[in-house]
Amino acid sequence: MPFARTFARGLRTLFGRDAADRDVSEEVRQYFEDAVAERIAHGATPEEARRAAREELGNATLVREQVRSYGWENVVEDTWADVRFAARQLRKQPGFAVTAILVLALGIGATTAIFSAVNPILFETLPYPQAKQLMMVWEGKGGGGRMVNFATFRGISEQSRSFAALAAMKPWQPTLTGPTQPERFEGQRVSADYFRVLGIAPALGRVFQAADDLYHGPNVVILSHRVWQQRFRSDPAIVGQAITLDDNPFTVIGVMPAGFEDVLAAQAQVWAPLQYDPALNPMSREFGHHLRMVARLRAGVTRGAAAAELETIRPRLAQMYAKGYDTAGGPPEGFVVDSLQADITQDVRPALLAVLAAVLLVLLIACVNVTNLLLARGAQRRGELAMRVALGAARGRLLRQLTTESLLVSLLGGALGIAIAFYGVRALVALAPPELPRLTAIRVDAPVFLFALAIATVVGLVIGIIPALHVSRDNLQSGVQQTARGAAATHQTTRRALVIAEVALALMLLVSAGLLLRSLQRLFSADPGFDASHVLTMEVDEASHRYDKKPARLEFFRQALEAARAVPGVESAAFTSQLPLSGQSDVYGIYFEKDGPSSYKDEQPALRYAVTPGYFETMDIPVRRGRVFNERDTATSPRVAIINESLARREFGASDPIGQRICLRCNDAGPDRPWSVIVGVVADVKQSSLAIGEEDAFYLPSAQWYWADNTMSLVARTRGGPATLAPAMKSAVWKIDKDVPVVKVATMDALLQLSEARRRFALTVFAVFALVGLVLAATGLYGVLSGGVTERLREIGVRAALGASRSDILALIVRQGMRLTVIGLILGLAGAAITTRLLITLLFGISRLDPLTYGGVIALLLAVSLVACGLPAWRAARVDPSITLRAE
Amino acid sequence: MENTDVIQGTLDMLILKTLSLGPMHGFGIGRRVEQISRGVFKVNPGSLLVALQRLERAGWLEAEWRVSENSRRAKFYSLTRAGRKQLEIETADWNRRASAIARLLKSEA
Repeated sequence: MPFARTFARGLRTLFGRDAADRDVSEEVRQYFEDAVAERIAHGATPEEARRAAREELGNATLVREQVRSYGWENVVEDTWADVRFAARQLRKQPGFAVTAILVLALGIGATTAIFSAVNPILFETLPYPQAKQLMMVWEGKGGGGRMVNFATFRGISEQSRSFAALAAMKPWQPTLTGPTQPERFEGQRVSADYFRVLGIAPALGRVFQAADDLYHGPNVVILSHRVWQQRFRSDPAIVGQAITLDDNPFTVIGVMPAGFEDVLAAQAQVWAPLQYDPALNPMSREFGHHLRMVARLRAGVTRGAAAAELETIRPRLAQMYAKGYDTAGGPPEGFVVDSLQADITQDVRPALLAVLAAVLLVLLIACVNVTNLLLARGAQRRGELAMRVALGAARGRLLRQLTTESLLVSLLGGALGIAIAFYGVRALVALAPPELPRLTAIRVDAPVFLFALAIATVVGLVIGIIPALHVSRDNLQSGVQQTARGAAATHQTTRRALVIAEVALALMLLVSAGLLLRSLQRLFSADPGFDASHVLTMEVDEASHRYDKKPARLEFFRQALEAARAVPGVESAAFTSQLPLSGQSDVYGIYFEKDGPSSYKDEQPALRYAVTPGYFETMDIPVRRGRVFNERDTATSPRVAIINESLARREFGASDPIGQRICLRCNDAGPDRPWSVIVGVVADVKQSSLAIGEEDAFYLPSAQWYWADNTMSLVARTRGGPATLAPAMKSAVWKIDKDVPVVKVATMDALLQLSEARRRFALTVFAVFALVGLVLAATGLYGVLSGGVTERLREIGVRAALGASRSDILALIVRQGMRLTVIGLILGLAGAAITTRLLITLLFGISRLDPLTYGGVIALLLAVSLVACGLPAWRAARVDPSITLRAE
Repeated sequence: MENTDVIQGTLDMLILKTLSLGPMHGFGIGRRVEQISRGVFKVNPGSLLVALQRLERAGWLEAEWRVSENSRRAKFYSLTRAGRKQLEIETADWNRRASAIARLLKSEA
């Protein structure tokens, strides 16, 4: 038990220092007296005995100190003394203390906030047992994959040995009706093993079984904890009860636990079994590529092994389902197995990494700034430190004390930084693009606290080291004789280097922010293909059995449209099956009669828009050729279609596509294909993103599609502000049917902005950081120059006395400052040329070396640093030589 | 032969050995080491008192304020059971090394 004993003894000494000290001096005194007594016994006179004993013992105080300083508790005591001393020092210079702590709090707070946002997405494992075993499976070769179909899912489930469990899922948005208001849920249709793949057990009831996931199987549903709490008042007897979803009774079989996070559908509130037909008839939806597939690797199986096994299964699948695959774009060309974590984060990864890099730059600038402050302070304290060395302080002891001071500053900054991070995280979540995964997992928690603490400690050591080294390298002996003046040359060199670093870092941040800003400008000045102003949109979601028959549903939408058009303030209105820039991507195969029967097998994918007459007028989409749809294009009239400009150019070149025939999703309809005649060509419309153009698209009258879509978006061009008409539009639809959910009400302008939320998010963060960096760099420059002026007052006085004019002196100081700025700019340019690589995926329409951005940033930095130099220079120019010279 | 400082690292062993004969106070221990070594080893009081602290914390010694033979208060140290074991270890270790060195020196001769 030596450790416990040592520890206990140390504690006793620590809390009874006086008694322990008495003990030691007593023992030393006793030793001395024994030595005296011995000598007297040997016949020496008392005086001689004392002298000899003193000689033997040496300096009694030193011996006491030697004995006293043994034990770990002394380190604690010294540290505590250092901390108290450091705190006193800071209180003596509140200006320095407040500035340094605030600057570090900003840097640490920003870094911590960003870390807490990035941590759950990029670094933390997903909230499932053995989450690393979870894989997504896509069809395709190399990078981008497409969704799988049910046949592929079943084939892999039956044949593969690599996975412990597999599941397929698709989005599901049922409407709950009942005694209270209708509510549309976000949810998923999943195959039986879905929750077993994730490894999560329900809080109440059970998860799905094979018996639930049968074709025409029972209507059962699992609820999220939140829905159970809010909609069903945490009813403990909910399991076994029936609720009405989309007009059908569903039996609740389970409730998921409160902490359950479905990263595959972050908004999901309800889950129901997929219930696809295992007969796998060709032409059925079972061959449609609309399922995502998630799987849990068997223990010990690697991702590579699983992918290799799927590759061996692939030809067998192609054979088994040859006929079905032929109706839906052919058999899979390969499989992509990717970890679930990488899969859900890949879209946001570049933006997050760029933001992380930016915040590290800010932290660096903050550190540089505080190091500068510490150096300036070190110069003032040379006298004090030299005195302590002269009084016998060991050099290591001094270093330890200086480091304690910088650590104290950084830890106080860190504590304040955590408070800043707390609010910063809220702002980040509010700002975050909607596609950011795991938004609910972003918070300031224990790992984040530890991170902030670690950062603060590292910062404290780093910023302490340079000034401390300066002190230890200096010949402190000379410091006793002279004052701070003159010996500060080396400090100045270091401080200049630091200012150069600040300017360089600030330039890198400003360039990044500038590039993002210009990208966004480019994006929003790019033509989306329609006029977004004064357009109100809302999704009308009709899923009840009353409209199961196609004519009934078409009639409902016709009446709803009529009612909407009658709302005062509405100029025109129309329905469309998908809305540009709304996140939807509804793609169907299309082929051209001109390409001949041999091409019928490979349909081309193109965006499908089933629209009512008036759509092109309402959206103000320019018509390039031919005509748009009108009221005479009905379910029974000849089939017509409109294609977009890019598709027309690619297929027909310069010749006129009007009158040509196309076939839409009719791969195996046999010889009597339902041909549609192209009656018009319209401008390209941006669908997935403002950054992506020239997507192939076709339009057809909604009455002429194979079925009547049950989810349509209502678009209306209004005379006044579109948002104010939202309530009137909604009630117009509800006048036709009060049980229809009307959701996603938004102006087209808002959708446009939202579609670039990720870039906007990055831009906002960068802009804030760049501004902070600029201010810190400017204050750093100002601090160094004004410190330099103070130290050179005498020299400046001499110059003035020898006839230098005010403008000479002004120029002298400004030149000195601008030289630092220019060196910083050059280094920063080199740095930016490298770091902007991180931004490439976020840029649009400009090079990452865009000269205008770089030029603008350089001009801005030059202007700001001119101001920062100007103030100290002006002060220097006003130096009165007679006063400075007399002061010496 | 002149007085030399105690060989580096052997002070602990010498203290333990001295105390194995019975409890003793700091000054007595120092004198005893000097006596037994016939004055070859000289014990620095500072080092001795620090070593006593260290050995006590290691649990090899126990300290107690007692009245000495000349009726003054003195801090007496005595060996604990762990200290006795430590003395055996250190003695064995020392003998092993000493004989190794002796053999080496002999073979060189």
